[in-house]
Amino acid sequence: MATLESAQPATIVIRPTHGPIPPRIGELWAYRELFVFLVWRDIKVRYAQTVLGAIWTVFQPLAMMGVYTYAFTQLARINTAPIPYALYALSGLALWTFVSRGVFQGTNSLVSEIALVTKTPSPRILIPMAGVTSMLVDFVITLILFLVFDGIYGRVPSWQFVFVVPLLGLAFVLTFGISLLLSAANVRYRDIGQALPFTIQLWFFLSPVAFPLLTPGHSWETYIQALNPLVGLILAFRWSLLGTAPPHGLFVVALIMTAVIFFVGVSYFSRADRTIADDV
Amino acid sequence: MPEPVIQVESLEKRYRVWAHEKPTNVKERLRVVGATARARLRLRDTEGVRRDVWALRGVSFDVHRGEVLGVIGRNGAGKSTLLSILARITEPTGGSAILRGRVSSLLEVGTGFHPELSGRDNVSLNGAILGMSRAETGRKFDEIVEFAGIRDFIDIPVKRYSTGMQVRLAFAVAAHLDPEVLLLDEVLAVGDAAFQARCLTRVEEMTRSGRTVLFVSHDVRSVARLCQRAIVLREGLLAFEGSADEAVEQYMLDPSTGLGANALPIREGSGAVRAAGVRVVDADSEGNPVPGGRANLSVRLERRAGVPLDELKLMVEVRHHSAGPCLFFATETVDLIAAEAATATLTCELDVLPLKPGHYTVATRLVHRDELVDRLDNAGDFVVGSGGLELLEEIAAHPAPTYVRHGWRAATPVAEVRSSA
Repeated sequence: MATLESAQPATIVIRPTHGPIPPRIGELWAYRELFVFLVWRDIKVRYAQTVLGAIWTVFQPLAMMGVYTYAFTQLARINTAPIPYALYALSGLALWTFVSRGVFQGTNSLVSEIALVTKTPSPRILIPMAGVTSMLVDFVITLILFLVFDGIYGRVPSWQFVFVVPLLGLAFVLTFGISLLLSAANVRYRDIGQALPFTIQLWFFLSPVAFPLLTPGHSWETYIQALNPLVGLILAFRWSLLGTAPPHGLFVVALIMTAVIFFVGVSYFSRADRTIADDV
Repeated sequence: MPEPVIQVESLEKRYRVWAHEKPTNVKERLRVVGATARARLRLRDTEGVRRDVWALRGVSFDVHRGEVLGVIGRNGAGKSTLLSILARITEPTGGSAILRGRVSSLLEVGTGFHPELSGRDNVSLNGAILGMSRAETGRKFDEIVEFAGIRDFIDIPVKRYSTGMQVRLAFAVAAHLDPEVLLLDEVLAVGDAAFQARCLTRVEEMTRSGRTVLFVSHDVRSVARLCQRAIVLREGLLAFEGSADEAVEQYMLDPSTGLGANALPIREGSGAVRAAGVRVVDADSEGNPVPGGRANLSVRLERRAGVPLDELKLMVEVRHHSAGPCLFFATETVDLIAAEAATATLTCELDVLPLKPGHYTVATRLVHRDELVDRLDNAGDFVVGSGGLELLEEIAAHPAPTYVRHGWRAATPVAEVRSSA
């Protein structure tokens, strides 16, 4: 019985290559089952041997929302009126949890799947991709929580809600691009893995996840901050979920930044991919 | 003559390694970073910082349809590099290789095995990693479980399996691959003797049905059994190409392989991890250790299967040819469950080596939760030099192999005792 009928051409030619190699889409498609398995395993293993299992996926964003509500409304006195702060925080958290945990998982994916890198010819780009994809579960759960709370506050999503899907797609491209860059670099320089947790912490404070931007509307300071693509992305996401002011130009900056990051990530990864097994 | 299925043409592979010892302290590391940066800025090669090592230096050979070609050579001869290039895990530096047909490579059994997942889940996952479709794995599932002989345990997490069971299950998945061209590393060397025999039979069956196999090993017995033809690699070059028997002979006769007593080491155990090399050196000079000096005893562990191992224990016995066992060391448990590397080196630091000059052998034993993983009687040998020490004739002649630096003191001042060392 044939193995990987479509994965391999009848003849494979192996010789040194130069420059970045574009990912072979056909090959990725042939390995789609492996991809699904990797995602499924990541999700399954994450909650294996925890007593509460999947309840954690619900409890974590809920607890975060509670913590933020206390910290930012009671201690820091942030006012998000007319939007209830809980909804404000949950909408930011849905995207932030996905992006931050996706970057974390993606960056460490190659190093923690070293056997796949050094012992199998499966396309390595699948590994960070699976790591990022497995975090979509958290996104969906948080989004459902948001809808529940939306209902509790007596609100109904408007027509703009349909933009959740393309915005999530954009967040995925961003997260995947960062993960490609960092996961390949992390194999060579493990310093990346060490620096990541506090860098992500810093990123949180530079993004309007739990509190609004402090600079007014579309001033130049705001545009500088928007070089962080999460600014435009989260603002657009809130517009879609809560009907806040649309980010216009800030979103365009986010689009451009995401495209740049993704391109850099893909080209660095495909350049490193050739001999990444030697660097382990 | 039809076209060869595997066609390797002056294949070369260069690795860049640290020119000096890998920098260990901050100062040394900064110096290396500085030197590298300077060299890069001047667009010069990072000569002096990195050094080139050629693992393959122009190897060419062909494998024809239905042939089983053995690749033998000692550690570092380029066997694994050759296999990684053909398996498309890394790129060659020069030359080319052409593979005609669907290729499967098996460089490790149990790659991707996860301790938290059940045997059933791991079979599907490992199958997908090896390139089997879900439908195919499903079709062969019963056969795989049967082959591994673990039907009753298939739905519990593999972390509850014994090492032997994990290795059997991992190999069972691999054994049901069905490619046209199979690249095979020394994965057969797992499991107990009975299981190994079944594995060899399985590979024989596969080859009989017209598959082409490239089999890399330093176990010359299985090469002689499985292969008609074999090549010998030495220092990255093709040293011999011919019938398997002749190749094995060439390899064994080669003085540089340093085989002799080690040619057919006697080993037992599940083989998930193996002791690959033992060195005993003086802690300061890195040369032969000396009586009473500080010495380092290091054992290299090679992981043969992707199965996780926690609570692994290493035991080392130093033996003298006539006096028998004279020293014994054991580790606390070694946690290899999270280890990424395929190999690891454990070093035992001896404050004092209490041995007289002479020749000693080392036996190793690896145990995982009371189960024998690897036992090797002649894992290595070493010579204890004189270290400028002149032993009393009586001491030198006595059969006891141990020696401790000492001095004599008289309790009453009747006579001074001359110290023996």
